[in-house]
Amino acid sequence: MYATNYHRASSVEEAVKLATDNGDAKFVSGGQTLIATMKQRLASPSDLIDLRHVAALKGIAVNGRSVRIGAAVTHAEVAASAELRAVCPALANLAGGIGDPHVRHLGTIGGSIANNDPAADYPSAMLALDATIVTDRREIAASDFFQGLFTTALEEGEMITAIRFEAPEKAGYAKFPNPASRYAMTGVFVARRGGAVRVAVTGAGADGVFRHEGLELALSGNWAPDAVGGVSIDPTNLMSDLHASSEYRANLVKVMAKRAVASTL
Amino acid sequence: MGVEGIGARVTRKEDKRFLTGKGRYTDDMTVPGMKYAYFIRSPHAHARIKGIDKSAALSMPGVIAVLDGKELKADGIGNLICGWMIHSKDGSPMKMGAWRPLADETVRYVGDAVAIVVADSMGEARDAAEAVSVDYDVLPAVISSVDTLKPGAPQLHPEAPNNLIFDWEIGDSAAADAALASAAHVTEMEIINNRLSPNPMEPRAALGIYDEAEDHYTCYTTSQNPHVARLVMSAFYNVAPEHKLRVIAPDVGGGFGSKIYIYPEEIVCLWASKKTGVPVKWTADRTEAFLTDAHGRDHVTKVKLGFDKDHRITGLKVDTIANLGAYMSLFSSVTPTYLHATLFSGQYVIPAIHANVRAVYTNTTPVDAYRGAGRPEATYVLERLMETAARELGVSPAELRRKNFITTFPYQTPVILTYDAGDYAASLDAAMKAADWDGFPARRAESEKRGMKRGIGMSCYIEACGIAPSAAVGSLGSGVGLWESAEVRVNAVGTIEVLTGSHSHGQGHETTFAQLVADRLGVPMDSVAIVHGDTDKVQMGMGTYGSRSGAVGMSAIVKALDKVEAKAKKIAAHLMEADESDIVVENGTLKVAGTDKSLPWFQVALAAYTAHNLPAGMEPGLKEGAFYDPSNFTFPAGCYICEVEVDPETGKTHIVQFVAADDFGNIINPMIVEGQVHGGIAQGVGQALLEGVHYDTSTGQLLTASYMDYAMPRADDLPSFQVSHQCTPSPSNPLGIKGCGEAGAIGSPPAVINAITDAIGNNDLTMPATPQKVWAALNAAR
Ligand SMILES: Cc1cc2nc3c(=O)[nH]c(=O)nc-3n(C[C@H](O)[C@H](O)[C@H](O)COP(=O)(O)OP(=O)(O)OC[C@H]3O[C@@H](n4cnc5c(N)ncnc54)[C@H](O)[C@@H]3O)c2cc1C
Repeated sequence: MYATNYHRASSVEEAVKLATDNGDAKFVSGGQTLIATMKQRLASPSDLIDLRHVAALKGIAVNGRSVRIGAAVTHAEVAASAELRAVCPALANLAGGIGDPHVRHLGTIGGSIANNDPAADYPSAMLALDATIVTDRREIAASDFFQGLFTTALEEGEMITAIRFEAPEKAGYAKFPNPASRYAMTGVFVARRGGAVRVAVTGAGADGVFRHEGLELALSGNWAPDAVGGVSIDPTNLMSDLHASSEYRANLVKVMAKRAVASTL
Repeated sequence: MGVEGIGARVTRKEDKRFLTGKGRYTDDMTVPGMKYAYFIRSPHAHARIKGIDKSAALSMPGVIAVLDGKELKADGIGNLICGWMIHSKDGSPMKMGAWRPLADETVRYVGDAVAIVVADSMGEARDAAEAVSVDYDVLPAVISSVDTLKPGAPQLHPEAPNNLIFDWEIGDSAAADAALASAAHVTEMEIINNRLSPNPMEPRAALGIYDEAEDHYTCYTTSQNPHVARLVMSAFYNVAPEHKLRVIAPDVGGGFGSKIYIYPEEIVCLWASKKTGVPVKWTADRTEAFLTDAHGRDHVTKVKLGFDKDHRITGLKVDTIANLGAYMSLFSSVTPTYLHATLFSGQYVIPAIHANVRAVYTNTTPVDAYRGAGRPEATYVLERLMETAARELGVSPAELRRKNFITTFPYQTPVILTYDAGDYAASLDAAMKAADWDGFPARRAESEKRGMKRGIGMSCYIEACGIAPSAAVGSLGSGVGLWESAEVRVNAVGTIEVLTGSHSHGQGHETTFAQLVADRLGVPMDSVAIVHGDTDKVQMGMGTYGSRSGAVGMSAIVKALDKVEAKAKKIAAHLMEADESDIVVENGTLKVAGTDKSLPWFQVALAAYTAHNLPAGMEPGLKEGAFYDPSNFTFPAGCYICEVEVDPETGKTHIVQFVAADDFGNIINPMIVEGQVHGGIAQGVGQALLEGVHYDTSTGQLLTASYMDYAMPRADDLPSFQVSHQCTPSPSNPLGIKGCGEAGAIGSPPAVINAITDAIGNNDLTMPATPQKVWAALNAAR
């Protein structure tokens, strides 16, 4: 790791100011991605602005079916939230399946979304839940936020403060973990509001998280695992690597979609 | 057996310090003035070094020195060597290319060391390393062991034309051919044994300390055999003569073979310490461990097994290519030859066997022995063959094996070894019973109802352990003898120190060796200390690998105890005015048999050291040493049964049951033995389902250089194992021990793959059987 200056921010304003004032600064939240990258000398921020002590970034609020999760809320907190579980168990289950207990007690939803790893779990949920990403300066729809591998709509120094969504009637998530990393080799999040169905796929797309129209169409007609059977998944734009070919991932998209729907019944 | 003696489930003495974080590993060692080394490694799989520009690095903060391979050579440090000579079938010696501890002309794999930076801190050393510019002329690279033999392949070493190190054979080729030609049925397969990374929890480390006043070196290192390290560094690498070099292997966090070898880093740290005048420490990070710890396995094998009309095996013919990587590591030559092909008789009567092994160079990390070393490869070949043959012949895989079992001992195989004892049917029966073999069809039907594919598979393994008689290994090419030493020191107050040449790095010697002494002398285990891992304390030893510490290391202790006991009896007889032959050792006392006269052990010890009243002519003191050289290998054997459920939609395998029935001969501590079996099976399941080293075949970059891509087994990949022991004591050592350290890793991979191929109805499957591969094999079978 290269030498770096550590700052502990106590408010959003202070954190943003510290980030703007210091040339090559980066926010650090759980550090589960950033610190590892720094140890490998692949990132060398001049300054680290720690967000974990900013009160405004903490806490899960559920109001009716409106959910707000602070950016610095850990995966373990999301997994353990009874209020969230009451309206959207799928998201709590997703968080409970990220990494291992160490990672879940440090890693945060804001960090995960800002990082937009193509194999991360949360981006699929944000997209399928039609969530809003709240930052220090604006609100961004999830469909505008995720812009390809490790790329988001965030500007230089812009900070995620929370995510917000309306809990759908039905939501489910199924993940097939990579045998080595246990990130999603394919994860599918399904959500239904009346006739409107959103299906988002992570871990499989060559350009990161994406919605699958064919699956959405089939499921909006018939919210049942079997409805997935007739949908064809085109492997062309799917990732192919050491662990899974695009053909195998296409199969997993279908199977995980089926299991995600089944989990809601 | 007492509560602490042989056979007792004593909890491990060493666990308190390990579980409370008080272990002392090489990286924990800190000495005054110590500095840090960072190794600059080749980013290319094959390249010529045109030049190294150190100027920018030398002026960076904290930098003490930047040292390269030319300086190392100028100081006379020798090439790394392979310590076991193998001759090709044409009589020519193996063709060993030069391995420089720091490459000075050519780099041959990604990770090959070219220079080091020594600096005040690790961070400064790394910063400066980035400022060292190495100018490379990149050459074409070859990764696969099959491609490297093809005409036109890039050539690695001038000493080894066509990248061929040796072309070796064992057994009778004509007899095997004839047996196959007249066979009623021949099973033919091509079998790949996947390359593995050893992954001990503690990465390798070295601390080199040169004392100018004494002209003396001390090396702390992560070694399974510190004495061998000292011997090789003195005799071959010209680091320092033995009496000027102390090697200490303190607590070592796992080895699995990878810490047998002498690597460039310890040599370079010692040399650099003299060069710079400061102690120099290096600790690998996990990426370096993936890149430079000797890998395991990597065989490609073509094989034929013939049966007569009664399904008795008539002959076996094997043709293996073994990938040894870019350089010949210390025992790389023996692993695919005498530790592999001598096991091809398995548990079976096979009248004719022939095996040919070609060892080759490729632009990959050196390959050497890894838990099991050659025996897992042989077992995998034979047990995949037996299962496949049973399917082709339409007979029960258990009965095909049983019909061909060796049942009379000693049994001379056609491939050197003489099996001394065993009861293979006993383990087969025990395993089948524990696995409820007969209930499998009902379980399969139940799985099918849930849309799952269920399969069952077995493996009957044998291994040659306790390596071995020195004269025998010497005649086969070993550069060293494979005995072990021990010294038993009874202190004046009766407490006991046992100095052993075995090294404990997870095996629990501090417990089991103390149990042996407690059992023999009737003293509490707490009064026994086991001393190991330091060439200044223990005179000589051959170290721990090949499941040899029990069979060989403990036998040496037995011999020393015999001598101690004989002397103590003489003293006791003298003091109690009895006949020496009437003295018996009982519950910590020396007794005159049939009387109530006795002396506690400590009084006899005290008498030996006060020397006021000893038998005439007897030397004072109570301390004896012994060297033990076994009369044969030992032959642990057993039967493993694996039952799996495969999810046909994803290809994911779930192991629902794993049964191990092992014959390890006599057992000192069943709890520790079960732990060894559990760990071994976990590694074997890792090989079968998850682990595999992958290189980019055009650039030679290691693709599996972190846990993001190299899959290790986790607790939830494994079932709760059912382990049982059968016992035919080894007649080849005084304790009747066979050894248990490697069996789990040897016996389990074929059982797993036999079970999966049974489940999916397609025998064409390579390890690791990842979900993707199983899914593809299932679809191909449909
Ligand atoms: C062993 C291991 C296993 C894992 N397994 C999984 C898995 O199965 N599934 C999965 O989805 N993830 C997994 N992860 C990743 C984990 O979820 C991380 O926590 C997550 O990717 C990053 O969150 P973080 O809070 O640690 O962010 P950090 O590492 O602190 O930051 C990541 C990036 O986000 C930026 N950032 C952080 N917070 C904000 C903010 N509020 N606004 C703007 N930018 C911000 C940082 O500057 C940095 O660039 C795993 C990680 C590890 C180490």
